[in-house]
Amino acid sequence: MPDGSAPSTSSATAADEEPLYAPHRKVYPRAVKGRIRRIKWAVLIVLLGIYYLVPWLRWNRGPGVPDQAVLVDIANARIFFFWIEIWPQEIYFLTGLLILGAIGLFAATSLFGRVWCGFTCPQTVWTDLFMWVERRIEGDRNARIRRDFGPPSAERRRLRILKHTAWLAIAAATGGAWIMYFQDAPTVVRNLFTGQASLQTYFFFALFTTTTYVLAGFAREQVCTYMCPWPRFQGAMLDNDSLVVTYRAWRGEPRGKAKAEGVGDCVDCGACVHVCPTGIDIREGQQLECIGCGLCVDACDDVMRKLSRPRGLIAFETLNNLAASSAAAASLPSGPERQRAGMAARKLLHLIRPRTVMYGAAIGVVVALMLGAFLLRTTVSLAALAERAPPFVLLSDGSIRNAYTLKLIDKTREPSRFTLAIDGLPQARVLVQDVPVSDDGQPVLVSVPDGVGTFRALVTAPPSATRAANTSIRFRLLDERGQAVASADSAFLAPAR
Amino acid sequence: MATIPERDALTGKTTTGHEWDGIKELNTPLPRWWLYTFYACCLFALVWVILYPSLPYVRGITGWTAREAIGRAVEAHNQRIEPMMARIREATPAAIAADPQLRAFALAGGRVAFGTNCAGCHGAGGQGAIGGFPNLADDDWLFGGGFDAIQFTIRHGIRNGEDSRARGIAMPAFLAAGWTWAQVSDTAEHVRSLSGQPHDAAAAARGAELYAANCAVCHGAAGEGNRQMGSPRLNDQIWLYGGDKAAIMHSIAYSRAGVMPAFAGRLDPAMINMLTVYVHALGGGE
Repeated sequence: MPDGSAPSTSSATAADEEPLYAPHRKVYPRAVKGRIRRIKWAVLIVLLGIYYLVPWLRWNRGPGVPDQAVLVDIANARIFFFWIEIWPQEIYFLTGLLILGAIGLFAATSLFGRVWCGFTCPQTVWTDLFMWVERRIEGDRNARIRRDFGPPSAERRRLRILKHTAWLAIAAATGGAWIMYFQDAPTVVRNLFTGQASLQTYFFFALFTTTTYVLAGFAREQVCTYMCPWPRFQGAMLDNDSLVVTYRAWRGEPRGKAKAEGVGDCVDCGACVHVCPTGIDIREGQQLECIGCGLCVDACDDVMRKLSRPRGLIAFETLNNLAASSAAAASLPSGPERQRAGMAARKLLHLIRPRTVMYGAAIGVVVALMLGAFLLRTTVSLAALAERAPPFVLLSDGSIRNAYTLKLIDKTREPSRFTLAIDGLPQARVLVQDVPVSDDGQPVLVSVPDGVGTFRALVTAPPSATRAANTSIRFRLLDERGQAVASADSAFLAPAR
Repeated sequence: MATIPERDALTGKTTTGHEWDGIKELNTPLPRWWLYTFYACCLFALVWVILYPSLPYVRGITGWTAREAIGRAVEAHNQRIEPMMARIREATPAAIAADPQLRAFALAGGRVAFGTNCAGCHGAGGQGAIGGFPNLADDDWLFGGGFDAIQFTIRHGIRNGEDSRARGIAMPAFLAAGWTWAQVSDTAEHVRSLSGQPHDAAAAARGAELYAANCAVCHGAAGEGNRQMGSPRLNDQIWLYGGDKAAIMHSIAYSRAGVMPAFAGRLDPAMINMLTVYVHALGGGE
């Protein structure tokens, strides 16, 4: 019996030792200076500048129309973008932009690796900003570790409150700016502060404030590693010619002290690990967690500079070049000779590859389609809906009459007059209820500016006009010069004979 | 037996005393928050039963009923549209149709009222049906298709025996009046000739005399109909009961008499005005 209970006890212990979830390991990234860091700061300033300032740009569209340059006006079902005004049925322009964004992302990834993740992704940008605030308030890596693992103190509590207040302020500004894209910016700011904003406004303000605060302040690299699907499948876009952040092991190994004999350039100082925002060691090779931000490149270059060694022990490099360098340097002992041979074996960046050509072609096609659709976009359009109850009406002289609901869409701000004609049934007469008639007997439709006018058209065909149960017809809108500006297809139904 | 809780040897917990094929259920108490939530739900249900109608034939002490709540909502809605309804009630259908605002309101209200009161016979789009249900969207009217004529018909109905001003007179049943089937057939051939349908010329010629003597007084010498009496036109392409010979013979032999209720006492005068404007706009208004 004692033996019988032994296995269950040991398995329970094993389960206690290995939980089903990975325990959270807090990352304390160190500050770093260098070329990549400067690029990242510049990108951060530009992107955040765009995000926070664009809602405040004004664009005069005349009286009664929002004067915000970029506005998604959900209540009135319009998207304003400077001089462009998108109606709900044109949402495919937005779809096109999203498709462009996706293919652009694929193209950029296959050329330059995870530049989106490392430089421009909102998660990276806001996390960078939050880390900068954290460093300004709580100090750099070592100070933060010391304080976090040290005894509680009033100083620690004060700094934490300060940090979270600053974070919440940034998060609120972020959540607030998001709302401004959907409502007039000055009005929504005033309403938010005076308590006059709608409940939805407060809800979304709180929602985006909370997500910013939680994702950039706490979740950070967990978002990239566990939540984001993009790192999982972008391996399909990367190949041996894509630039990725890599450690040149052929030059760095074996690691050893700076003054030791027969060792590589890597002095195992750990700088690359300490600055990594996702807490990995790039020297272990390609990893899912690596977002390609290149901060380890800066950290290592700084160390190499202090040691008077060539920089680029960690670099943006293609796997093909890495393999070529490794092969060239394999037989050589560590030292400047090996370094020169390895670097000489590298080839120029191989940008034009079937994959990138295809991405480029796809981008070209989508751009051409969107541009074509945009340039051919009309300000006036017509839709005809045939009435189905009844499908047709027999008149006393044997004529057949069909009724249609016409929707006249006018995207301009001024009403326009059009006459209505129909093609396909030469003998048919068209009459529109409650509208005047032009001198030559055609119905005159006056559009609703920036809106949809609804009309009921009655088309009557004499018995001799058609024997078909279904005749295709076309309504045409003619402007004052008799030019067709819009048309709509429909069908004329008659009893089967 | 199980008055003293049985204790499970392995876990040290008590059992519920239930046993199935040697398997005993451990007594595992619910979490405290769960139990309190359950008590709170019970309390909520009890209060609900006291306040609101929950049991058959028992009203809650608040006296609330769903029927009254809906009645109040309908009443509030009627209050809201009353200013518009008052204007519609005062105006003539022609005046309503001339005012874009009133017209839009009347068409929207008329569509709903038509679906409730008229579509059962006249069809959802006013297309009617063969067999005595006139099409209201065509240009053929038994009693006239002007605003006033439509309004009068809706108000008083047709041959309904409940409204003294109901429209329409009865057509005689000629078989009962002593006609032979041959005479009915001849007259039917003549009636078909009036609308240019294929017919037997000799029979039609015989029927013409019968028609002139018996039918022309109401339906007109050339079959042009008479709106005073609601006698249908016989010289057009529209047939209330079908234009084939059998249907016409049936009409002559046994007569036909469509019936429509009077809506004057049933519907608000404003609703009748809205219906008038709506029917007039179906496509056949005169």
